[in-house]
Amino acid sequence: MAEKRIKIVAFLCNWCSYGAADLAGVSRMQYPADIRIIRVPCSGRVEPRMILAAFREGVDGVWVSGCHPGECHYLEGNYYARRKFVLMANLLSHMGLDKGRIHFSWISSAEATKFARVAREVAHEIVSLGPNEKLVKKAG
Amino acid sequence: MNNYTKNIRKISSNLLEDGRVDLVLGFKRGTLPMASVPGIARTPEEAQGFVWDTNCRLNLANYITDQKEKIGIIAKGCDSRNIVNHIMENKIPRDQVYIIGVPCTGMVDKNRIRALLDDEIKEFKEEGEVILIRGAGQERVLDKEAYLRDNCKICTHRNPVIHDDLVGALVKEQKIEDPFRDVAAIEAMEGEERWNHFEGLLSNCIRCYACRNACPLCYCPACFVDESKPQWIGKGQDPTDIRTFHFLRAYHCAGRCTDCGACEEACPMDIQVRDFTRKLVKDSFEIYGWEPGLTLDRRPPLETFKPEDSDKFIK
Repeated sequence: MAEKRIKIVAFLCNWCSYGAADLAGVSRMQYPADIRIIRVPCSGRVEPRMILAAFREGVDGVWVSGCHPGECHYLEGNYYARRKFVLMANLLSHMGLDKGRIHFSWISSAEATKFARVAREVAHEIVSLGPNEKLVKKAG
Repeated sequence: MNNYTKNIRKISSNLLEDGRVDLVLGFKRGTLPMASVPGIARTPEEAQGFVWDTNCRLNLANYITDQKEKIGIIAKGCDSRNIVNHIMENKIPRDQVYIIGVPCTGMVDKNRIRALLDDEIKEFKEEGEVILIRGAGQERVLDKEAYLRDNCKICTHRNPVIHDDLVGALVKEQKIEDPFRDVAAIEAMEGEERWNHFEGLLSNCIRCYACRNACPLCYCPACFVDESKPQWIGKGQDPTDIRTFHFLRAYHCAGRCTDCGACEEACPMDIQVRDFTRKLVKDSFEIYGWEPGLTLDRRPPLETFKPEDSDKFIK
């Protein structure tokens, strides 16, 4: 029972992916329990420092999900987010963080099955990488 | 006195005399050889203290943010690109700056030159493209081009991109075959090796924030490192906090960094902080075809989007 459980933080946009998580829940779909959801107004609201703060607190992976392109509640928030994420993910991996620890997806509020599937994929990949040691702030 | 210095003094004092600017920003001689300090001249007499040599490594665009006076500013290629950035980001209106352009052939790397002598350098002289350094009982004559800073070696915008006046004839721009060779070398490493590369790079960091303060792009009224509710980043010397700081500092320069090298110049621990920003310079160029500070007609990459941007990395 000594093994540490993997923790994944998911930043889900209020209008699409969070709705999908809700629908997956009420539809009793199975998806891994390693995921902790944080509801954000828009994927464009997610800043790199939030992701780094999550790693610092000891999560093993981060997943950001928003509306499909063209379907953003705020019309274009996810388009900006997409550009931010490319540069951010590239720089993090340039610094030596495993690429598989950060995931992005577009999931609409009707796509409960896609939500459950992506949740399984994300969890599977991060579990296979094991606990994260990098960018974690250790006590002391 | 070289021609650039002569012309800088002349143009600056004329501007001040005619009352066309309230002050001129330039470089003055530092207290040590191979040092120059940013200086302000408000009278034609003060403008006689300006110098120009191959040690003007800082970026003067850093000092025009949100200023209300009419400013004359000495600008080499990279400084002028940062002035364009400032105008684009509404940090100063175009008609409030009088840009005295300096066609630049690069600044020398002070660390590599210092390492040549056993003792400290007592005298530094520059004549054209030749440099003479003298220390206790030692003397070396150097070819300036061989001792340029890394960012100057690969610079393709030596001439100011905007200017109201010039202190000399435009210089020939370099043609660089593979400008991102340094980034590619790091990219070629394995994940763990890259992690260790940056670990080693940052092991000396004392969190003095000199890199942030010297950077013309860093002008937020409250920096993320100073925010406390929530506190994004710890205050101390914890390696995770140091790395987080450097990551975010670099990221805030994404699509804006002109690779002027002021951060490295300011670093008291000689950390090559450009290793972080260079990756972003490369990505914004290769993915979005963007070089910062060249034009006022296009918006920077993170401020705009295209519906057809790549989705490949998104599930």
